[in-house]
Amino acid sequence: MPAVPFEYHAPATLSEALELLQAHAGDAKPLAGGQSLVPMLTLRLARPAVVVDLHRLHELEEVRRDNGVLEIGALARHRALERGEGLLSACPLLQEAAPLIGNVRVRTLGTLGGSLAHADPAAELPAVVRALDGTLVLRSLRGERAVPAQDFFVGILTTALQPDELLIAVRLPIFGPGVGCAVEEFSRRAGDFAIVASVAVVELDPAGRVARARVALAGVGPTPQRLAGAEEALVGVQPSAETFRKALAGRPLEIEPESDIHASAAYRHHLARVLTARALERASAAAGRPIR
Amino acid sequence: MTELSIVFTLNGERREIRAPAHHTLLHVLRDGLGAVEVKEGCGEGVCGTCTVLLDGEPVSSCLVLAGRVAGRDVTTIRGLGNGETLHPLQEEFVAHGGAQCGFCTPGMILTAYAFLREHPHPTRADIRRAIAGNLCRCTGYTKIIDAIAAAADRETRPRG
Repeated sequence: MPAVPFEYHAPATLSEALELLQAHAGDAKPLAGGQSLVPMLTLRLARPAVVVDLHRLHELEEVRRDNGVLEIGALARHRALERGEGLLSACPLLQEAAPLIGNVRVRTLGTLGGSLAHADPAAELPAVVRALDGTLVLRSLRGERAVPAQDFFVGILTTALQPDELLIAVRLPIFGPGVGCAVEEFSRRAGDFAIVASVAVVELDPAGRVARARVALAGVGPTPQRLAGAEEALVGVQPSAETFRKALAGRPLEIEPESDIHASAAYRHHLARVLTARALERASAAAGRPIR
Repeated sequence: MTELSIVFTLNGERREIRAPAHHTLLHVLRDGLGAVEVKEGCGEGVCGTCTVLLDGEPVSSCLVLAGRVAGRDVTTIRGLGNGETLHPLQEEFVAHGGAQCGFCTPGMILTAYAFLREHPHPTRADIRRAIAGNLCRCTGYTKIIDAIAAAADRETRPRG
């Protein structure tokens, strides 16, 4: 079934796009890679009066590196992340997470910014950006603001973006030696959204113990969830499958997953523990290796 | 509603078409240009039957709005052979029984084509991962994997 007809614009510049969003605030939907929005249009789950197609804004595909920060344009494609094209190779976690997204066709067109702005609670990239304490750059004709990932994700498919705002870039830290990252997920079939995904970032001290750990989970709540308490409990742990399992087993995880058609809350709890221990173990191993 | 005038290249030929902006590339190809070799399956980007190459990369034509192909190259399964001879992948699908009802075959072969160009020496596990997004309800996949593996061997074997 075709989508409900809409007014269509494909602006050539960012300012033109922002003008359109402001002029049609509330009625317009920006279109990035279209791998979530187009099915929502054709299933008629979304019926915007105006679609602002961003595909001509090549300036939003650019990637910059500045003083330990990687700034990735919102229209960087999943395939570019997966291949670690150009400067993107500075964030190996993206190379590890991107192949888990959808199928190859979704990754050809789907974008980093589109995934974050869509904010599916089971999507990988929101959890990755949350684990990395990334910053999202939002722009409107009113100005630009930088929003930390923890404030950006508000609820299921809901973000801090205002109707006239566009997510234009994401800033992620570039780590040196001694920091490792990993993502582990379980899904029933290849290409499905994760039932649970766990993203771990581990920094080791010179003695090889955990100096700092960050864990973000997808699929266990309305937004990607950080495990602040567990992260604290992991400090000082000598990395091994056993010690991580013990550190996580001794305490309730700070998540409240719900039961749904895909999995029960208890099963999601179980997955969260198992996958987090595995992610921590692999992140620690990566932290111990010299970085290219 | 916005009506668009779109110029793009389909299998090497320049095409010009008018289409409503809310239509997809799949509509344009099948209903507008009669390119019925592109099959419509789920219509949600999951099954892979409507796969075409957009500037050489596989996409779900059901998830590309018509206006997005302006100025770009679209390749369907007809774009692989030359009309007289089959592409090696097509020949191996025939030789190995990789096509039964044939509905998934265009998407399957185009996906394999793009994959082999990037990974000329794949393992069977690589091939399985590469076609994970293309559903086939007849073959059980084994013969499809055989066909892709045979095409890869052929392409990389020195010709004498």
